[in-house]
Amino acid sequence: MADLTAVTQEALAEVAACTELAALDEARVRWLGKKGALTEQLKRLGALPAAERPAAGARINVAKEQVQAAIDARRAALERAHIERELTAGRIDVTLPGRGEEPGALHPVTQARLRIETLFRRAGFEVATGPEIEDDFHNFEALNIPPDHPARAMHDTFYFPDGRLLRTHTSPVQIRALQSRGAPLAIIAPGRVYRCDSDMTHSPMFHQLEGLAVDENISFANMKAVLHGFLQAFFERDLAMRLRPSFFPFTEPSAEVDMSCVFCDGEGCRVCKHTGWLEISGCGMVHPNVLRASGVDPERYTGYAFGAGIDRLAMLRYGVNDLRLFFENDLRFLKQFGTFPA
Amino acid sequence: MKIPYSWLTEWTAIPWDARELGSRLTMSGFEVEALEPAAPPFTAVVVAEILAADRHPQADKLQVCKVSIGRGAPLQIVCGASNARPGLKSALAMVGAQLPGEVTIGAAKLRGMESQGMLASARELGLADTSSGILELPDDAPVGAALREYLNLDEMVLHLNITPNRGDAMSVLGVAREVVALSGGSLTAPSIARVPTQGSGSFPVRLADAAGCPRFAGCIVRGIDNTAATPLWMRERLRRAGLRSITPVVDITNYVMLELGQPMHAYDLAKLKEAITVRRAEAGEGLTLLDGTRITAASDVLVIADAQGPVGLAGIMGGERTAVSAATTDVFFESAYFAPAAVLGRARRFGLTTDASQRFERGVDPTQQGRAIERAVALLTPITGGTAGPIEVTESANHLPRRPAVTLRTTQLQRLLGAAIPPAVVAQTLERLQMKVTSVAESWQVVPPAYRFDISIEADLIEEVARIVGFQAIPEADAVEPQRFRRLPADRPAEAAVLEALVARGYTEAITYSFVDPALQSTLFPDVPAAVLSNPIASDLSVMRVSLWPGLLRAALENKHRQADRIRLFEHGTRFEVEAYGTREVDSLAAIAVGPRLPEQWGVAKEQRAPVDFYDVKGDVAALLAATGDAAAFRFVADALPALHPGRAARVLRRNQSVGWVGELHPRIARALDFTYTPVLFELDVETALAVARISHEEISRFPQVRRDLAVVIDEEVTLSSLTERVTLAASSLLRDLRVFDVYRGPGLESGRKSVALGLIFQDISRTLTDEDVERLMASVVADLRENLNARIRE
Repeated sequence: MADLTAVTQEALAEVAACTELAALDEARVRWLGKKGALTEQLKRLGALPAAERPAAGARINVAKEQVQAAIDARRAALERAHIERELTAGRIDVTLPGRGEEPGALHPVTQARLRIETLFRRAGFEVATGPEIEDDFHNFEALNIPPDHPARAMHDTFYFPDGRLLRTHTSPVQIRALQSRGAPLAIIAPGRVYRCDSDMTHSPMFHQLEGLAVDENISFANMKAVLHGFLQAFFERDLAMRLRPSFFPFTEPSAEVDMSCVFCDGEGCRVCKHTGWLEISGCGMVHPNVLRASGVDPERYTGYAFGAGIDRLAMLRYGVNDLRLFFENDLRFLKQFGTFPA
Repeated sequence: MKIPYSWLTEWTAIPWDARELGSRLTMSGFEVEALEPAAPPFTAVVVAEILAADRHPQADKLQVCKVSIGRGAPLQIVCGASNARPGLKSALAMVGAQLPGEVTIGAAKLRGMESQGMLASARELGLADTSSGILELPDDAPVGAALREYLNLDEMVLHLNITPNRGDAMSVLGVAREVVALSGGSLTAPSIARVPTQGSGSFPVRLADAAGCPRFAGCIVRGIDNTAATPLWMRERLRRAGLRSITPVVDITNYVMLELGQPMHAYDLAKLKEAITVRRAEAGEGLTLLDGTRITAASDVLVIADAQGPVGLAGIMGGERTAVSAATTDVFFESAYFAPAAVLGRARRFGLTTDASQRFERGVDPTQQGRAIERAVALLTPITGGTAGPIEVTESANHLPRRPAVTLRTTQLQRLLGAAIPPAVVAQTLERLQMKVTSVAESWQVVPPAYRFDISIEADLIEEVARIVGFQAIPEADAVEPQRFRRLPADRPAEAAVLEALVARGYTEAITYSFVDPALQSTLFPDVPAAVLSNPIASDLSVMRVSLWPGLLRAALENKHRQADRIRLFEHGTRFEVEAYGTREVDSLAAIAVGPRLPEQWGVAKEQRAPVDFYDVKGDVAALLAATGDAAAFRFVADALPALHPGRAARVLRRNQSVGWVGELHPRIARALDFTYTPVLFELDVETALAVARISHEEISRFPQVRRDLAVVIDEEVTLSSLTERVTLAASSLLRDLRVFDVYRGPGLESGRKSVALGLIFQDISRTLTDEDVERLMASVVADLRENLNARIRE
């Protein structure tokens, strides 16, 4: 059996010389296959005396295992090298831009509005809407603003020839909601409103937020808590709020809502005209005449209402200093605001 | 309204400086809009006396003055004002003085003569917009005193925003009453010297509309010199309150109005004919007002008339015919009470807002007419001379406003405010507001003063208590509310999800005006009526939009002008459809796409940079519609709309209901608007198009699917939808999906024919389909297409 060692050596040398997986396969067949040289050795065992057979068989098997191990090792090495080559060849410039469509953006006023809606919904308010072309009754009379009332002069109303008008505030939704659903009720009504006035700080169309809560025993103290809570949630910070007595025909008592300036924390800056306060909303307890006009008994129910400019809230939140930017629809401006309303 | 601090202190002692007073007034409902000194800053200006004034040797229009400032040698001042004269006391800006407008006074030589300062005019000191000559000070002005101190120019003027319900506070007296309510101090009226009346006679007055004018006080003053100068102190107060000095008579009526809140009018007695009647205008009656405007009054307008006709619009403005001038020697003063209802809105009708109309509309104290006239006469005669007749009051007591008691319940006060205010504080607060308070078992009976027109119900009293006590005294309290579940709107998609779907497909949200250019709109929608505004802000923003397209086209064009090459905009808002009775407001979602299909980028096929077309935008629409869970219910049918390319427009149907449009802008319009690429548009009615379907799921087959492809040559006119309709019908319910993967025209095909490549996917829910099954189905499809669509099958 002197040639077993030689055969083994020859097989190992051939395996080591293989540089391709295909050649390695051929080598395996040649040496270990059914007709392979080492397999042939086993077939020849029968020619040996019975006493020598086990030892010779064992030696052949050791040789076969040795060659098989060499083949496995070689295969692993060749596969590794192959992947290495693929990786090197497949290297790309990951800094090249990705392909396909680019997302657009949501208008900042819409983002602010959706944020407001989410916050109020969580606090138990429903979102209501109403028509933008209104009649005199819902926009004025039912809100305790009779014809010739001085408050009408402040409204700069757009009219149609038949006497209808573009709503000057979202307050008519108060009346419509109370008429159709009655008390108790807690709603907000965001939407477009119109005044025929246009300059640096006025747009003939802008967005208002109306709020209304009517129930037995709703108080001024409740209104303070809701407004303060909303402002803190909207601006995501602790801020001071104060109510100043004011006048609206549809509320009594009425108040203007100031919040500490979000730019200087009330220290005084250009934005708040060095007062430390920003006027942000008007509010008050619903006037008994308004409840009555909507079919609600003012002796049984009380309520509060408030109104705020959504555009102004958006300006403060996003640091926009010119209202007109919101309505110029310049893609360069709009694209800054991203997609996810937050 | 502008109120000088010092004028207020004449009426009550103020325990606070102007700033503190301002913030207290702000927090009680009288917002201080500005707090400014009575004059802009200047330094080194003193009271000076001109001792001598000689002509400048080298200049006709200049004088060389010797001026004393009460110390040192007289100064030599060269002055160009013609009123510089010996003995005049004026204001001298000394060398080094800083004047408004960043002017610094230096020693100068004027035509060879040295000037050691400048005699200043009111304009140069920021005390007037215009002035002729140098400032003239009274003879008793202390020479050498700093002008700012002498004229109290460092005092603060409060600019108060008086809300429309508080006409009673449109005066120094009215604001002083508020200060008293806040400070607890007392009101000290300046003493009004009674002028002895002499037999100057009286003028007859008749109240023909006693409801409109229940009280009219009149007084004649004869023999005045209206060319006399109004004293500086009064001119300064008027100026600080924002009014110009005109003649003594007019200045005094203004002064009394500012002080007491009672608007007055003075007539030139010589021009008044016979008697005054306060009456409604006769229809079409005309009048030329003081400011020269000619008006025609309707019959609901109250006028003051004499024998010749109207001489004034009651409570608004006097007439030109009887106006007082410098030459007037005899005047008739009017101090009347006009009911708000008789004045409301009238001034605005004539495009006027006057100090008088603002006060009468809001309500003037009905008890003050005599007092005001007394005050005016007492102020006038020391300035102009003259003798006053008796004050005659004509009135109809029944028509004067009444102030019935209002009940305030303790429980309601607490219920509405959510705060407990001690009863003693409530009563004291109301009393400080000059109300008569009577305590009656758990409530009060409260009678407001005559000048308060805004207190008629319980809530009014609650507001008074709350604003004087201060809103900061009311705590914040959460409402206790049970947890209530509210149903979501049945089939309305969440708005944010719809908007975000479009954003993800590359569209940016725009917000455009709801009123649009009628020219553009009627080009797009020639047959659609629109609601027209009576008073638009501009002619190109004068009709309500019937579609969001006019606004989006405008926005796209503006972006194109800003060099954007690829524009995708959408808007969610209302469009306004005119109906027989009114307007229907439709919740609409619309978009425009212009320019390349994809943003400029590397490594995409060239056709992806081709201009966007119908099919790109249809894909976007289809994606939105599919999100309703009801994709199979929608169809796109060729239809025409004037705004769109007649061969590239489709109406969107949902179960045969029209829910929107998609199409390319008509090339003629695209060219007229100067678009380089053709815009593609869509518009959907949100309520119908995007209503969410209630979905119940279908079982998924667990058996393999089989695909067969088929290339069908058909006539050009045959639409894909009619092809798929035939295929679906012929292939039975085992056809699970049908795809179009190619449309070919050109070599190898007869002209007028096209080849459509279809992928048919078959699957059964209960078994594996055999080859024979599929072959049978395909044979039936092929036969059907041959028979019904004249189709040829390409092998």
